[in-house]
Amino acid sequence: MKMTYREAVRAALRESLANDSRVFLMGEDVGRYGGAYACSRGLLEEFGPERVRDTPLSESTFVGAGIGAALGGMRPIVEVMTVNFSLLALDQIVNNAALLRHMSGGQFSVPLVVRMATGAGRRVAAQHSHSLEGWYAHIPGITVLVPATVHDARYMLGCALREPDPVFIFEHFMLYTGEGEVNENLGSIDIRKAVIRREGKDVTLISSGGSLGKTVHAAEVLELEGIDTEVIDLRVLRPLDTPTILASVAKTHRAVIVDEAWYTGSFAAEVSARIMEGAFYELDAPVMRVCSAEVPIPYAMHLEDAALPQTDTIVNAVKKLIGVSL
Amino acid sequence: MSSSIESTPPKAIHDLTLFRQMLLIRRFEEKCAEQYTVGKIQGFLHLYIGEEAIAVGAMQALTQEDNIVATYREHGHALVRGMSPGVAMAEMYGKANGCSRGRGGSMHLFDAKLRFFGGYAIVGGNLPLAVGLALADQLQKRSAITACFFGDGAVAEGEFHESLNLAALWKLPVLFLCENNLYAMGTHIARHQAQIDIAHKADAYGLPGEAVDGMDVRAVESAVRRATESVRAGAGPRLLELRTYRFRAHSMYDAELYRSKDEVEKWKERDPITSFAAKLQSEGLLTEADRSSLEQEIAAEIAAAVAFAEAGAWEPVDDLLKDVHTPSVIR
Repeated sequence: MKMTYREAVRAALRESLANDSRVFLMGEDVGRYGGAYACSRGLLEEFGPERVRDTPLSESTFVGAGIGAALGGMRPIVEVMTVNFSLLALDQIVNNAALLRHMSGGQFSVPLVVRMATGAGRRVAAQHSHSLEGWYAHIPGITVLVPATVHDARYMLGCALREPDPVFIFEHFMLYTGEGEVNENLGSIDIRKAVIRREGKDVTLISSGGSLGKTVHAAEVLELEGIDTEVIDLRVLRPLDTPTILASVAKTHRAVIVDEAWYTGSFAAEVSARIMEGAFYELDAPVMRVCSAEVPIPYAMHLEDAALPQTDTIVNAVKKLIGVSL
Repeated sequence: MSSSIESTPPKAIHDLTLFRQMLLIRRFEEKCAEQYTVGKIQGFLHLYIGEEAIAVGAMQALTQEDNIVATYREHGHALVRGMSPGVAMAEMYGKANGCSRGRGGSMHLFDAKLRFFGGYAIVGGNLPLAVGLALADQLQKRSAITACFFGDGAVAEGEFHESLNLAALWKLPVLFLCENNLYAMGTHIARHQAQIDIAHKADAYGLPGEAVDGMDVRAVESAVRRATESVRAGAGPRLLELRTYRFRAHSMYDAELYRSKDEVEKWKERDPITSFAAKLQSEGLLTEADRSSLEQEIAAEIAAAVAFAEAGAWEPVDDLLKDVHTPSVIR
């Protein structure tokens, strides 16, 4: 069945609310407005104001209230409008959600799901264009999901709600309008595993979330030039599925990591380090990274485009790598 | 004491319970300080000495169904709620028989069975959790309320204002209990608040606020009883400002350069334990002999707590990563 990413998120929310009376949705403008990205449109009318709750602009407190409600027996889905605003809730996420189980000696689990939009590409300038999911992946105690496809957007939420511990879902805002296939028969997703989106033998491209489309496109361009690329969609940044990455690198002997975060300290650096530790002797060339330029994301279209990973920068990185190693 | 209890009227028994609980906290924490100086307890240790009337008074009005959310100065709250002194002491030792298996220490006492949702060390960070616990109770139509303790320092945090607003907006069953000991670590309230009347701040969020003498255990109990009745009846959250004073340093590292000895001595004249003892004695409810046998009882209880902590095993290092996530068998 074909639908947009936004429709997939909405279908997942509707299903979760319908299937479990402990589930409720809260966040800024999720109710009457229908969600900043229209993901929850119609859900207030369908499920009522107790279960689809508009909150004040108090990120720290409504995320913290989500943690408290989870402790109290509910299964909250908290929508933070964007990752940019989630910085106002970092205290609750890092100091409470992630730590509570361990800090209490295993007495309290926090079955909380937090969804937020992430990424750049819509000319919304520096304060609305962060890609910080890699930061969250630094923190033990939480799971970090990055649905890159419509199918994953449809089914990851249900998997997240079955987790007894906090799960953060990052939805790249450029994906919402994209259409894709949803396969009901493949419903459940293993949220411990990366997935190979395209098989190849010459080089492994490792990507996730909003960068996956550009990466797959780059692979198609490279194919025309006779370079056979494998594309891995990480799907989950924590826990990172290292074995899938290492197995692919053992096959192709080359790796390029595509990550919309800034180069320094990016999640791509973590992936690179795992490859060094686990597959160093398999490598025919240095691991390379295609990341965002080290600049606040600018407003003007040509500057923003230049700051972000693009199909041609990925293609050029791969060609350079192959040139070096052949 | 025990011999006279049968002939004692219930009100008097209740008063003696209040007195005993305050004295237990005091003696327990004096022992903690001692154990700290010999290195048995490490890290940060924040003593509640001087503020005991608040935890003891407030806890009388809360039922086993209610939720408690506390701060890093929470030994007293945990003990009055029902945590055994041994389990609390063992946690401070970092032993596996501590309430949090040595993962939390002094600042992070937790007990799921007691609905003691923990000690939190980020000032103000516990208020949103209390709001969420109350939301869960409201959604599940439970009659429980959530009592959230925090200090005057938390009032400067955005989470205080956000939490009062959200709780009032959604009429959530939360009782906000501000233990105003006048100092946010070393900064006097007049040096960090433009409006030092904390109870008054409730007005801005449309909930009732009231200031109470936090050195008077009876005053605390009766104010908290009135407040819990209203919160439990569904009238929405309330804020109580309990005015008190910390007799000891902020933590064991504090040289107390920010306040005078005179100021501390003056507040000690209002010691909640000695002043209540004097009251009970003048009312004929407590004799010197009663008090001395009570001291002996408590000393034995604390000696047993120390023995329990000493005898506890260390969590195996092999279990270092345990409880970062819920085990998959529970999934």
